[in-house]
Amino acid sequence: MGKPVIATASLAGCFGCHMSLLDIDERILKLVELVEFNKSPIDDIKEFTKPVDIGLIEGGCCNSENVHVLRDFRKNCKVLVSVGECAIMGGLPALRNGIPLKECLEEAYLNSPTIAPEDRLIPNDEDLPIILDKVYPCHEIVKIDAFLPGCPPSADLIWEALTALIEGRPLHLTYDLVKFD
Amino acid sequence: MAQDKDPVLRHPKDPAALLDVIRDVQAAAGHVSDEAVGRIAAHLKLAEAEVRGAVTFYHFFSLAPRGRSTVYLNDSITSRMMGRTAVARAFEDEAGCRFGEVSADGAIGLFPTSCIGMNDQEPSAIVDGTVFTALTPDKARAIIRGLRAGTPARDQVAAFGDGANQSDLVRSMVVNNIRRRGPVLFGAHETGAALRQAVAMTPEQVIDEVKRSGLLGRGGAGFPTGLKWEFCRREKAAQHYVVCNADEGEPGTFKDRVILTELPRLLFEGMAVAGYAVGARTGILYLRSEYAYLRDHLEAVLAGLRKDGLLGRSAAGLKGFDFDIVIKSGAGAYVCGEESALLESAEGKRGEPRDRPPFPVSSGYQGLPTTVNNVETLATAARILAGGAAWFKALGTTQSAGTKLLSVSGDCARPGVYEVEYGLTVADLLEMAGGAGAKAVQVGGPSGTCVAPAGFGRRICFSDLATGGSVIVFGPRRDIFEIVENFMDFFVEESCGWCVPCRAGNVLLRKKFGKIARGLGTAEDLREIEAWGKLVKSTSRCGLGQTSPNPILTTMKSFPELYEARIRKGEAFVSEFDLATAIRDGCAAAGREPECKESLHD
Amino acid sequence: MTEIRFTIDGRACLAKPGQTIVEAAKANGVYIPVLCHYEGLKPAGSCRICTVRVAGRYMAACTQPVTEGMAVENTAPDLEDMRKSLIEMLFAEGNHLCPSCEKSGNCELQALAYRYRMMVPRFPYLWPVRTVEAGTPLVMLDRNRCVQCLRCVRGVRARDGRKIFASVRRGARVAIEIDRKLAARLSEEEARRAMDICPVGAILRKGTGFAKPIGKRRFDRTPIGADIEKGIGR
Repeated sequence: MGKPVIATASLAGCFGCHMSLLDIDERILKLVELVEFNKSPIDDIKEFTKPVDIGLIEGGCCNSENVHVLRDFRKNCKVLVSVGECAIMGGLPALRNGIPLKECLEEAYLNSPTIAPEDRLIPNDEDLPIILDKVYPCHEIVKIDAFLPGCPPSADLIWEALTALIEGRPLHLTYDLVKFD
Repeated sequence: MAQDKDPVLRHPKDPAALLDVIRDVQAAAGHVSDEAVGRIAAHLKLAEAEVRGAVTFYHFFSLAPRGRSTVYLNDSITSRMMGRTAVARAFEDEAGCRFGEVSADGAIGLFPTSCIGMNDQEPSAIVDGTVFTALTPDKARAIIRGLRAGTPARDQVAAFGDGANQSDLVRSMVVNNIRRRGPVLFGAHETGAALRQAVAMTPEQVIDEVKRSGLLGRGGAGFPTGLKWEFCRREKAAQHYVVCNADEGEPGTFKDRVILTELPRLLFEGMAVAGYAVGARTGILYLRSEYAYLRDHLEAVLAGLRKDGLLGRSAAGLKGFDFDIVIKSGAGAYVCGEESALLESAEGKRGEPRDRPPFPVSSGYQGLPTTVNNVETLATAARILAGGAAWFKALGTTQSAGTKLLSVSGDCARPGVYEVEYGLTVADLLEMAGGAGAKAVQVGGPSGTCVAPAGFGRRICFSDLATGGSVIVFGPRRDIFEIVENFMDFFVEESCGWCVPCRAGNVLLRKKFGKIARGLGTAEDLREIEAWGKLVKSTSRCGLGQTSPNPILTTMKSFPELYEARIRKGEAFVSEFDLATAIRDGCAAAGREPECKESLHD
Repeated sequence: MTEIRFTIDGRACLAKPGQTIVEAAKANGVYIPVLCHYEGLKPAGSCRICTVRVAGRYMAACTQPVTEGMAVENTAPDLEDMRKSLIEMLFAEGNHLCPSCEKSGNCELQALAYRYRMMVPRFPYLWPVRTVEAGTPLVMLDRNRCVQCLRCVRGVRARDGRKIFASVRRGARVAIEIDRKLAARLSEEEARRAMDICPVGAILRKGTGFAKPIGKRRFDRTPIGADIEKGIGR
């Protein structure tokens, strides 16, 4: 039997959760022994090439592409994990959720003092993903199997969760591991 | 402006007058302006925020203008069943604005409101304080046209209802629809007989008599009335109070309206009996705002009773028994039917329930021992004093003595009030009211139980189907899910917002129920909604939240097959997210055509 | 004064007459989680997180006085799950963006979520549209974070006794309003008290925030209630 396969993605996030994943210090050597990475910005594999055991999602869904990527992950991963505040509740991008989308776009692209008059245009290119009415947490769009809170989640929490999932044991959550900031 | 004319300055500089001041300002100006808020706060030595807090708590008060004329159209499920949608559209078309808005010319404001106690003559509305019943789209248009032409709402009532509704002091189109007169409330009664009997006994004997009769509170909770009086009497205090809860707000109940209209003497006599029993000098009738049209009538009855020596100094001829009754008005809040919220409201505050203990019997109105009893309970108590405990106890069942006044509405040939003995089955009641073929019967209003035909053999009594008096019949073509959604909307609207489970839990229950109703639920969603319902019931602070999940929980029990049919079988997870909907605003803002391949739930 | 005997999860405890279950539990070294309760203020029973079970009935331990022989259930698994649900409900009801909140690490709502190891609320986020009020000189009111504990309503008053904070509207739209005229006259200490009395980051003293680094804040290392539990057996 091969090593468990892991895939990761960053949707509407800042890559901080990926940074935290890489912040597990010397345990990263053990991680490389333990698992194999598939689709992920870490190894730059762009498409799924095999069935994946554990998918780690950073960021919530703020546009149509995020939704497609998330659904693609759900199809290809046995276990899907929301990593960090943005995946779990939208995070900072969701600060816009109380403001009508039209107002957000107009403020950003039409009315902002830093925009030159000739550049005043709400982007409208068919290659761009379409922005959603609000930022959605991942579990409102697909089934999510586990949640790792934090901004970012600590390296220790990510390590504990990964090893627990690989070993098929329940998470051991000490007080220090669960933090939302 | 002379002080006695100024709606603010004519009141005492007492925070307890807050609601009375607001009511007068609202009546004079149609809303409570910022300027008025400032003047009220200064006069009563309150923070302006606190004045705004009281104004915004009650449905019939407003910080913004509500139109020179204001239509409050009942939004109960029965109103909808009887044609509310078309009536509402007619109001909107003629007024030129939507519900929740004021017309551009400021003439007409249209607002929905919770059940106004006319469920047997829906659709109904309150227009500038005048009740209009059995509305049709034509009548709705005529009302608006009349208002715009300068005919006040009260002058648009062409024909009056029956009984006291025709009196000069009521002049209302409301009808009583008394379908069955039982021996207790509608038995022959000579005004004063009960009170004279009471004052011939010691207060303790009166309490004993009521205890022996087995009288349980008619509001629905069923607390023994004699015991409540005894607890209240036992408290040592400078003053005791009797408060009559005339805030019947449970959708579908209107029996207290009929008592207030036709039997106010009996009610006030019952209050005096209670006052004698607990040692009170003052009785307060807390009258729901929706029944304000009965106020002049009730005041006249009180004046008559004073003249007859049954109220006031040495009431019923007993030296030292100086008992009188004042009327206080509500302002549109279902939660004020909860006794401690009612007391807060009567004290001029937001109608937020209190923590118990202490119970009102020890710390009630203004912190003094108070017995709060339902309209029907007090009227019944008077009849018990007149007829004797043994006579009363022989009626009904062993555990539920006496009779109950039921308000029957919905899909039945003879909606109205029925005085029946406890122990009657739902089937018997349906027979009486002409509700053959019913698909479901809602006993006790939204906070009660939805009974399926299999349960029509169940009995109306405290040990089986307890009810404050609301019975709504649903015919074979009614959609149970629509009914439940209306009921949950009601609880979300009427929650006071004080405690977490009721404030947030009801919103979440409604949302989850909506998911299931739209066919997006799973077996897991059913499991969750049941758990959430139990959570809200178990942890809420007052009776509102402790019963608000009932529309969902009791229909899940009575109609499991309906829920089973709605859910997605074999699917572990169904999302409510719809990409096509979620990108609509983004496409519109960018002037972009949505891609048609973005479809529902791929 | 005679003491009242009662039990919490079977453990014998003593209470003074008039003590609430929360107060008596604390005196006996037992922590019952509370959010809306604040020492010295009249209990409000608004958060319901202190719900306990006595003889099969649920009650708020912050408002319920102890009675002789009372057997209080405090840590039954279903009860603890109810409390966790209520905490999660608050996270779903408001807009609680912990990473950007000045109170993070010192917030009692967050601390309760930590204590109960909340990973995600079981309820869908409601994303209410709420306003921020910054129009008074010393304090800011961010209603996105408000949990309606009513501590400010109960505990912050002007020198003449008038309330500075009051509830407006009702139901899901209920909100705290700050009385601008009275708040304009708040002293430095009173503004500080208003901020301290707020369990979350809804009332902030302007010009402060993020004063302590991560790791040194109130609940970074120490769970809420640990101070009470350390007293066990004393």
